Amino acid sequence: MADVKLNNIKKSYGNVNILHGIDLDIKHGEFVVLVGSSGCGKSTLLRLIAGLDEISDGQLQIGGELVNDLPPAKRGVAMVFQSYALYPHMNVKKNMSYGLKIAGKDQAFISEKVEQAAKTLHIDHLLQRLPRELSGGQRQRVAIGRAIVRDPKVFLFDEPLSNLDAALRVQTRVEIGKLHQKLGATIIYVTHDQTEAMTLGDKIVVMNEGRVEQCGTPLELYQHPRTQFVGGFIGSPKMNFIAGKVHSIEADHLVLRLSTGAITKAFVDVAGCNLDDDVTFGIRPEHLSEESDKAERLSASVSLVEQLGEASYLYLSLSDGTEMVMRTSGESTTTIGETIEVSFDAQNVHVFNADGLALKRHRAGNTKSPAELARLKAIA
Amino acid sequence: MNFALPMKHNRGKALVTHAVLLTYTLIALFPIFVVIVNSFKSRKAIFNDPLALPTTETFSLVGFEEVLLRSEFDVFFSNSLIVSVSSIFFVLLFGAMMAWALTEYSFKGNLLIGMLVAMGIMIPIRLGTVSILELMSSLHLVNTLWALIFVYIAQGLPLAVYILSEFIKQVPKELKEAARCDGVSEIKIFFTIILPLIRPAMATVAVFTMIPIWNDLWFPLILAPSDGNQTITLGVQQFVGQYVTDWNSVLASLTLAIVPVLILYMIFSRQLIRGLTSGAVK
Ligand SMILES: Nc1ncnc2c1ncn2[C@@H]1O[C@H](COP(=O)(O)OP(=O)(O)OP(=O)(O)O)[C@@H](O)[C@H]1O
Ligand SMILES: [Mg+2]
Repeated sequence: MADVKLNNIKKSYGNVNILHGIDLDIKHGEFVVLVGSSGCGKSTLLRLIAGLDEISDGQLQIGGELVNDLPPAKRGVAMVFQSYALYPHMNVKKNMSYGLKIAGKDQAFISEKVEQAAKTLHIDHLLQRLPRELSGGQRQRVAIGRAIVRDPKVFLFDEPLSNLDAALRVQTRVEIGKLHQKLGATIIYVTHDQTEAMTLGDKIVVMNEGRVEQCGTPLELYQHPRTQFVGGFIGSPKMNFIAGKVHSIEADHLVLRLSTGAITKAFVDVAGCNLDDDVTFGIRPEHLSEESDKAERLSASVSLVEQLGEASYLYLSLSDGTEMVMRTSGESTTTIGETIEVSFDAQNVHVFNADGLALKRHRAGNTKSPAELARLKAIA
Repeated sequence: MNFALPMKHNRGKALVTHAVLLTYTLIALFPIFVVIVNSFKSRKAIFNDPLALPTTETFSLVGFEEVLLRSEFDVFFSNSLIVSVSSIFFVLLFGAMMAWALTEYSFKGNLLIGMLVAMGIMIPIRLGTVSILELMSSLHLVNTLWALIFVYIAQGLPLAVYILSEFIKQVPKELKEAARCDGVSEIKIFFTIILPLIRPAMATVAVFTMIPIWNDLWFPLILAPSDGNQTITLGVQQFVGQYVTDWNSVLASLTLAIVPVLILYMIFSRQLIRGLTSGAVK
C-alpha cells in the first residue's frame, strides 16, 4: 500500500518561503493532479516528495513510513521530468535498465522487465536507438518506461506532455490514463492543461502561492469552488467575475445588484450575509446563453468573436466596462459591435464574499466521478 | 537584387576570414616545416639552403641514425611519454572531480577553493620553482619522474577545473536528478553520467595540458636532470654544444618529438572541435 501523506510540509530557500505548510492525503492508487499558476510551487512540492530537495519542515509519509530523510531511490518513487532527462549517451534499453542494474538485479530479470515495459508503451522496436534519434513522443514514452520498470509505489509526473504537439498530447494523455488503470499505482501529476487535469485526475489539488487552495474531485472543483481563485482557475475560458452588492436576502437565495445595475438571483447559502455586503458574482462562459430562454438577463456589447468551429467565444463588454466571455453555438451569427441580451440560470451563479470565499451553492448538479457513478448504479 | 546583397557580403567576409586564417596557418606552420624538411638533409645542405626541399643529393638520414642509434633517445622519449600521459590522466581525473564538487555541492570553503583555483590560473607555477625544488628534495623526489608528474598536475589543474566547471554546469539538472531517482550513487553519477557527457571538454583540456608539458624544459632541467630521467626536450640539449651544434640530430629529434603530439591531436581533434564550439552555439 502506498498512501502518501503530507503533513504541514514547508519549504524555504534561504529566507524565502516557497511552501507554507501543505497537507495532503493521497490514497493508494489515486491519480492526483496538481494545478496552479506558474511559480506557485508545484514542481517544488514534487521534488520534495521525490527526495530531490530537503523538506524544511513537516512530515512526509509514503506507505505509512516517514521518509523525510530517505534518499530518492529508497522512497519507492519514480519521477518523469518535463524535459524527459534521458541519459543522452545510453540507448533506450540502457536508459530503461540502468536503475535496475544499479539496484543489482540479474540480467534475465532486467531484460524481461524492460521488454515488458517497452511492449506496454509500444517502444519495443526502438530499444537500440539513442535518445537523440527519437521523436518527442517516443522520448516521453521512454522516460515513462524508465519509471515503470522499477515498479515504484508512487509515480511523479512534472508536466510530462507539455513538450508534445496537440495530437500527440491527447494520445499520450489517453495512454497515461490507461496505464494508471493497468498499473494501479499512485500517481501525482503536475500540469497546466485543464483537459489533462479534468480527465486524468481522481482528485485535483489547486495550489496558490505555496498553499493548497482546494482539493477535490474534478467536478467538485468545477461546481463547488471553495474560493474565487479556484473558480477562476478551473475551467476554460475562465469564469467571469462581476462586482456586486447584496440587494436582498431571501430564504433560499440572494438577490444581487451588479455593478452594471442589473439585478439577479443566486441560489447560495445565505447564512452570514448582510444587506449591502460587497460580493463577487461569478458565471462560467458556458452557462451564458444568447437565446433569451433563461430567467436572468444581462445586456452587453460584443467586442470580439472567436470562432472555433464547434463553438464560438464572444468577448463582451458590459455597460460599466467589465469584460466577459461567453461560449455560444458555432452557428451563431453575432458579430462585433452588436449589443445582445445574454441570459443565464440563477442556479449556475457563483457568489464569493469579500474574502474571496465561495458561498455554498445548493442547486448545483452532479459532483460524482465516473467510478462513483458506476458503483452507485451497480448498487441500484 | 536586394536579395543577392547579403549573400555577396557574406562571401566577401568569408574570403577575408579565410585569408587571415590561412596567413596565420602558414606563419605557424613555417618553422615546423623548416624543421622537418631540414631533418632529412645533410649538414652541408642545411647551411647552404635552409629552405630547399631535400633532393637525391642532399637527402640524408644521418640525424635520425645519430639520434636513434647512438643516443638514449628511446629513454628520453619514454620518459616524456610517461610524464605527459600520467600528468594528463591525473589532471583530467582530479580536475573533473574538483569541478564536479565545486559546481554541484555547496559546502564550507567552496568559494575559497574556487578562488584559489582562479588564482592558480593567473599565477605562473614557475614563480614557485625554488620552494618546489626544496619540497621535492625533502621528499627525496628530485631526479625522479614523480617530481615532474606532481608539478605538472599542479600546473594543469587550475585551468582544467575552470574549463570543466563550465561544461559540468551545462549538464541539465534533471539528468542528475533522474539518476538520483534511479538510485545511482554520487560517485557513479560522476563516472557514468557526467564524465561521458563532458568528453569533448576533457579532450580540450587534454590537449591544452599536454602541449606545455611535452615542450617544457624548465622543470626537467631543475627537477630531473640526471641521466635516465631526462625528457625529450632536455635530452635534445646534449646535441647543442657550446661550440658545435649537431643540427642533424637536433632537427631529427625535434621531428620525432612532434609525432606523439600529432597522434594525440588526431585522436582528440574531432572531440576538440566539438568541445570548442559547443556552448558557443545554442
Ligand atoms: N533553487 C531555488 N532557489 C530559490 N528559489 C527557488 C528555487 N527553485 C524554485 N524557486 C522558487 O520557488 C517558486 C516555486 O517554483 P516551482 O518551480 O515549484 O514553481 P511551479 O509551480 O512548478 O511553476 P511552473 O508551473 O512555472 O513550473 C518560484 O517562485 C521559484 O522562483
Ligand atoms: Mg514547474
